[in-house]
Order: sequence, then structure tokens, then C-alpha cells
Amino acid sequence: MACHDLNRELNIPAGVRKIVLAGNPNVGKSVFFNAFTGLYVDVSNFPGTTLEISHARVGNDFILDTPGVYGVSSFNEEEKVARDVILAADIVINVVDAVHLDRDLFLTQQIIDMGIPMVVALNMIDEAARQGIKIDVQKMEELLGVPVIPTVAIKKQGFEEIKQAVARARKGHSLPELEEMLPLLEKKTRNRAEALLILEGDPFVAARHRVKPMDRQEEIYLARRRRVDAIVAAVVQETNTGASWSTRLSRWMMLPLTGIPLLALTLWILYEFIGVFVAQTVVGITEEGIMQGYYEPFIRNLIGSWLPPSSIPGALLIGEFGILTMTVTYILGLLLPLVLGFYLSLSALEDSGYLPRIAVLVDRVLMRLGLNGRGIIPIILGFGCVTAATITTRLLASQRERRIATFLLAMAIPCSAQLAVITSMLGRLGPGYTFLYVILVASILVLAGTALNWLLPGKPSDLLIDVPPLRLPQPVNVLKKTATRTRNFIQEATPLFAGGALLIGILQVTGLLDTLQNWLSPLTVNWLQLPKETATAFIMGFVRRDFGAAGLYSLPLTPAQSLVALVTITIFVPCIASALVIFKERGWREGIIIWPTILFLAFLIGGIISRILI
Amino acid sequence: MTLDEAREGQRCRILALPGRGIRAQAIRFGISEGELITCTSVIPGGPIIVAKNRQEIAIGRGLAQKITVEPVPAPHPVKSPARRRAYGLPRS
Repeated sequence: MACHDLNRELNIPAGVRKIVLAGNPNVGKSVFFNAFTGLYVDVSNFPGTTLEISHARVGNDFILDTPGVYGVSSFNEEEKVARDVILAADIVINVVDAVHLDRDLFLTQQIIDMGIPMVVALNMIDEAARQGIKIDVQKMEELLGVPVIPTVAIKKQGFEEIKQAVARARKGHSLPELEEMLPLLEKKTRNRAEALLILEGDPFVAARHRVKPMDRQEEIYLARRRRVDAIVAAVVQETNTGASWSTRLSRWMMLPLTGIPLLALTLWILYEFIGVFVAQTVVGITEEGIMQGYYEPFIRNLIGSWLPPSSIPGALLIGEFGILTMTVTYILGLLLPLVLGFYLSLSALEDSGYLPRIAVLVDRVLMRLGLNGRGIIPIILGFGCVTAATITTRLLASQRERRIATFLLAMAIPCSAQLAVITSMLGRLGPGYTFLYVILVASILVLAGTALNWLLPGKPSDLLIDVPPLRLPQPVNVLKKTATRTRNFIQEATPLFAGGALLIGILQVTGLLDTLQNWLSPLTVNWLQLPKETATAFIMGFVRRDFGAAGLYSLPLTPAQSLVALVTITIFVPCIASALVIFKERGWREGIIIWPTILFLAFLIGGIISRILI
Repeated sequence: MTLDEAREGQRCRILALPGRGIRAQAIRFGISEGELITCTSVIPGGPIIVAKNRQEIAIGRGLAQKITVEPVPAPHPVKSPARRRAYGLPRS
């Protein structure tokens, strides 16, 4: 049944061979996928960014990628996705990390037990060698019963061999203990893989076959663990305990005494790179130099020669909020370089393995906000894109944590585009105001989290995560990932931005903008003590938050006013895209509570700060 | 004793893990009841990091308080300088 759904959803033609790439998180699966298909997908240390299944047709084969998982079952959203794709597979290429065989072979053995023909790619064999780990490949092949090919994905070593080995893919040696448990169920479900998952108590697969999930999970898991440990003991030879520098660094990153300064240093480097270099130097060239210096006069002349700028279509196209002037300048001159800088940093951080260590470091603090250390993942991703981050809240353990994370994301986390505009405005105000802004937004985050933790019944769940090895990010991977994300961003943002500009343009030429500004002036002028034109920025903020921030960019504001406006627009309602995701993920009832609450809080907090500062 | 009381560098045997879901996830990472592990880092007020071979796992303090362990003395304390370096432990 699962196969049918998947075939339909992904539009897989009948009769093709489905080859599925499976493996633990961050073992280099995506590099294989790219090499086989020539397409690019997101690679990441953190589960959550490849929830969408990447797939491509190559000849008579259909190749599918899966999210990185430690086993096939239903512990979280990613596992459910991976489970359904693996269940539909004709052949599995299982990518394992040669340095972490005891962890990775658990999944390998499970897929073997499912009776799916497979090939094992023993990846990062060079790193294993460097760390003094010797693996007897032939013995491993013998014990697992499937072809094992040593590979070095980042150097493209072993790809040809893998492609050839696919023809030799076969079912491996499954656990002997299963042979007495499985046959009965197998007859009933007519599918060994699904029968196994029902034995292991998977409620979803059981429901598909209208049977009760069985209670043998622990027994089977223990037997599988024993077998994996035995295989590892037989094939792995350690000559020394190897690399010490990275393990020491890893420890420093997690202990507060060294971890907090290291985190602060990382954030400072990010600020210097994005907030100073990109936001000031690069944007200075792209926005003022290229766009406003050459592009805008050029397009004004070109269009102006047959459409007077004072006419209504002229104002909409090349006026103050013109689609061909302001929209293009903001997107290409301001947002593009900044978003590029953000994604470059984020991708490098993700690939290095630093993020799980930050999760360990901040676990204690996040517990007070009702999240555990893992909650830092959506929050950090939120600095990239709040919409995407809201989707990754799925990987948090409980509904309560998802609720808290969603609210915090919607309220106090500015996304990269918004942060881009904010940092360049703060750059003009100087380090003092930047510091004040950070402190204000961080305290709002902490207060909101603490309040939610106190209000909502229940307790945050405990941390239980894998601490992957630290790795130097691969420049090619980081660049490709940055390019993909930036392209997606521009594609998504441009129409919304243009639509917003058109809306504001229409409001302006019809005189409605003035009416709205006057109508909102008790809020903007009296309560927030800002010029009434800020209303425009807030109206734009409904469309996209960065758009709102960009609207503040050209207003004549005193430093204190800028700060009030920036904090208000940061807390201000999430953009249309993320609001839709919130409604989708959390349901209408919760969405309807979240949205106005945040709007109210934004103006309340903005007003309070304004009373203190101005 | 419970895991949160373990000291850095101490070797322990896991006696009991709480709850089915936790047990299943821990087995996947190579940690089951009866398994020998090394406590490699204790974050003050925060998680405990344990290692089995090269696999490192961070366990939240609340969970560590519910995991029963017994300290395992020689013959396997982390004494060899190479092993200590590999776990990032202080020299002595």
C-alpha cells in the first residue's frame, strides 16, 4: 500500500527499478545522490533539512534519497518518511561511515532483516585509515552477505564500483532469531519488510494491514545489537586511538567554561562577516554603487521615455515603491548578498558538526524555556528562514516543545532576509545600539519561553542525541548548498516582494496610504513615538517581515527611534509564508491564537521600549 | 548509583534504562542494559556525554538521573594516555 502511494506521489513510472539511498545522518548520502543523478540536494549534519525526498530518473532506474536516520521505525517524522521510501525500494544503497560502524551497521542489519537486496558503501574509508582503523572488507561482505564497497565520497572514489555493484545487490544474512518469528506474519502481509516492522511494534505499518502492532521490538533490537557488535568486533581492527585534537576541541565546545567563549567567538566572526563585511562593504557596492548608481537611472530613463513617472502605471513601475526600481534594488542589491552570506555561514556550520555541540552546551538553558538542547536547531535554522525552521520543529519530541518552538520562532527570531536589513541598519547606528538590540530581543525570547514553559502543562523531554565527529566542511558542498538555498529564497521572495510593492504602490497613488498612515498614527506616532510613515513598513511587514524592515531602511529616524522600530518589526507578525506553515503545522485554532497575540505583543513591547528610550 | 553522578573518565555498566522508547533509541546507538560505557564529559548542570568505542551520545541530566549504572573499576579504567587523549580527558 505504501508503495502505491509513493509511486503516485512522486510520479514513478511502472516497471522502473527503485534504488534508495539510506544511511545515518551526515554520512555523505547526498554526495552519492548527486554523483549518480547530477542533481543537487541539501546535505546537513542535522536531520530536518532533507525532509523532502529528492529523486531523479537515470535510465531505467529511479533513484531516491532519504532523510538520515539511525533505524527504520516511527520515532519521528524523518523516520516515517525514510521508512516509507525504504519499504518501496527494489534495491537499497546503504551508506555507512567507516569510523562509526557500531552505530551505522544497526540500520544496515535492519534493512537486511527486512529482506531488501542491497549494497553497502563503506564511506570515509580514508578517514578511518587516518584514525588507525583497519576494516576487513572481505570479512564484512561475508558476514553481512551483501557487497561492500569502500568509498571516499568527497573524492569521488568508489562511485563506479558502486554503480557496478548494484547489479550484484542481494539479500543479506538476516538475524537467525527472526526465522521463527517472521513466517506467520509474512504469510499474512505478503511482505517480509512490513511483517518485520509490525513485529517491531510499528503502529503505522500495523494499521495499514489492520493488525495489532506486536511487542517484540526490544527483543529484536537487542539481538540485532549483539549481532552488529559481533560483526564490528570481527572486522574492525584499531591500531591506535588516533586523532586527539578534534576530540579535545569537541569537549571544549560542550563545556560551558570554554564553550561559551567559543560560541561568542563564532558569533562575533559571523557578525564581522555578515554584519560588517557583507552588510556594509558588499551592500555598499551592490546597492548604492551598482543598483542606485547605474541600474535605477537607466531603467528610469528607459521606461520614463514612454511612460511619464507621474502617471499611475509610471509610478507603479518606477516610482518610490516601483516594481522595477525599489523591488529590484532591494532584492538584488540588498537581500541577495546578505542572504548569500547567511546561508554560506549556516551551511558551513551545519557541515562542521558544531551544531549538536551547541545543543549540548545550551541544553541547560533551553530546559528553562521548555525546550531541550535540540530546540536550538529550529532556532538556529530560523535565523536562515523562519518558514523552513517551523517545519523542522517536527523533529522535537513532544507537541508541547513544538508549540513553544513555533511560537518563539514566529515571535523573536528574525529570518536571514530580515536580519540582513536589520544588521545593515544597526551597522549605521554603531556597536552600542547593536548590543542593545541583541540584548532586548534575547530577553524577549527568554521571557516568552519562560512564560510558555510556566503556562503550558507538562515538562520538556530529555536530551538524547548522537554527538557526531567534527569535520572540516567541504567547500564544494557548502557552496552548492548555499547556491540552492539562495536560489530558492530569491524564487520564493521575488513574487511576494513585487506583489507587496504593487500593493503599497496602489495604496500610494490612490491616496489610501496617507489615510492608513493617519488612521494608524495613534499607534505609530503616539504610542511608539515614530514618524507616521512607519505605518507603511508595518503594512509591508504583513507580506514579508524583511520587506517591513526594508521599509524602515529609508526613513529618517533617530537612533533611538530606529531601535524601537527594529525591535517592533522583529517581534511583528510572521510573513505570509511562515504564517501559512504555522497554520498547517499547528492547526487553525492554535494559529489563530498565535498570530494576534504576537501582533499585540509587538506593539506592547515596542511601546514600552519607546517610553524608556525616547 | 545513577549516571548523573558519574565522574569524567569513569567507566560504568548500564543496569537499567527507563522506558521503552528510550531503550530502543539507546540500543540503536549501541547502549543497552549490561553495556560498558565511559563517561567522557559532564556538563555542569547539563547533559552527560558517554562513549562506547567511538560513538558519543549526549544524555540530558533529567534522563541521566533515571539511568542506573554501576561503576566498573579496573581492568578497564581510562588510564592509557592515548585513550584519554582520544576522549579529550585531562592528562591525569
